[in-house]
Amino acid sequence: MFRRLDATAAQAAGRTVRVTVDGATLECRETDTVAAALFAANVAACRDTAVSGAARGPFCMMGVCYDCLVSIDGRPNPQACMTRVRDGMRVERQLGAREVAV
Amino acid sequence: MAGASTSALPVFDVAVVGGGLVGSAIAYGLRDRVGSIAVLDEGDVALRASRGNFGLVWLQSKGFGMGAYSRWTLGSTRLWPGLADRLQKETGIDVALEQKGGLTPLMGDYEVEARLAWVQKLMAQPGVEPYEWKLLDHHQAASLVPGLGPDVTGAIWTPHDGIVNPLKLLRAFHTAFSRGDVQYLPFHGVTAIVQSSSGEFSLSTPNGTVRARKIVLASGLRNGELGAMVGIDLPMAPQRGQILVLERTRRLLDTPLVTLRQNDEGSWLVGDSQEDAGYADQITTLPILATLADRAVRTLPALRDVRAVRAWSALRVRAQDGFPVYEQSTSHPGAFIVTCHSGVTLAAAHAETLAPMIAAGALPPELDIFSTRRFHVQKT
Repeated sequence: MFRRLDATAAQAAGRTVRVTVDGATLECRETDTVAAALFAANVAACRDTAVSGAARGPFCMMGVCYDCLVSIDGRPNPQACMTRVRDGMRVERQLGAREVAV
Repeated sequence: MAGASTSALPVFDVAVVGGGLVGSAIAYGLRDRVGSIAVLDEGDVALRASRGNFGLVWLQSKGFGMGAYSRWTLGSTRLWPGLADRLQKETGIDVALEQKGGLTPLMGDYEVEARLAWVQKLMAQPGVEPYEWKLLDHHQAASLVPGLGPDVTGAIWTPHDGIVNPLKLLRAFHTAFSRGDVQYLPFHGVTAIVQSSSGEFSLSTPNGTVRARKIVLASGLRNGELGAMVGIDLPMAPQRGQILVLERTRRLLDTPLVTLRQNDEGSWLVGDSQEDAGYADQITTLPILATLADRAVRTLPALRDVRAVRAWSALRVRAQDGFPVYEQSTSHPGAFIVTCHSGVTLAAAHAETLAPMIAAGALPPELDIFSTRRFHVQKT
């Protein structure tokens, strides 16, 4: 699984941020993206796809592949790799296609 | 078969020049009617309306100025269910055809009045086969479009309009080809056409010469250049359209609008911009995309918080007057030319009606109106 590189040890001295992932508390570094925090906590799959419902997780880590969609604070489909963690953030698995509320 | 040695190829009964939706639909319809068929295509980098279009199967906006085009389009919408069924049975690909009716949204009295007059004039033309249509008020339109915005004060509706997934359609045709009846030759862009005294055509390409007894020019915007090689003067006028794509959501919109549709897999397409931009299909522009987004949000305000995920430009294949062209060359008999903007809508007519005519060797008099002679009327 994923392991933090020693080269980033300096960052580890930074502040710790707590988020919840599907209800479980996760301690992260304040410089983490949501996707990096999920990897560091060995969470590989963060969503089920919109068409077939297959499990998927972060892949490109640079905003291109859209495989790391999650729900954050009740808002559907942000890209976990493009979103910085924040204290108290509520991250949930994105279950299939989002709804449009009319 | 990529990389096939063209010297080893037979003389084909028919060579279709163009592997997009128009050429593919014709080649698909020619199977079982002629012995051997080749489809000559360019490579991935080409002007490909077939990969950039909106995927409407659409009647209500067609034929203003040429009633026969409306009738021809209506015929194709009727043939579409059969084509979709055949493709599903032969290839296992569901092209996601939905013909549940469609809308042109109208915002404000000016748009409502102008469009109503336009439709009435269209329907009164000679050659139009009357079909059901209605001007809906906001509440009637809102019964078809959940969450319709108050700015949409009216809409033109017909039961004949619908959508398909155009990428799945192109794939279904090519899947059918790969099952044996049609030889697909990519990287065979045609650079010269010569007809011998026996009538046989030789098509020069960067990968060798392809020979055929009949040819069908279905090369989109390149048809002007290729038509000239067989004595047909076809003035082309590309028109750029930009499309904005929104993220996949659960199905909300069952009735497509000419400017807004939801795909079978949940994505939203926003479109119908029209620009004279030459052949510049490599860029999108903020003013157009902003206008598309604004109209989409006024049409369906709940889309305000749905993300835009990509955008592109593509060029509509248009003859100078915007109407289809079907013609057999008089100087090069056996050479047919097919050009139209609506390769999706007309795919069923091309496969089921036009291809048998080409196989038989002549276009019937009712297609005369679509010949290029209309561009060469002497001015008084």
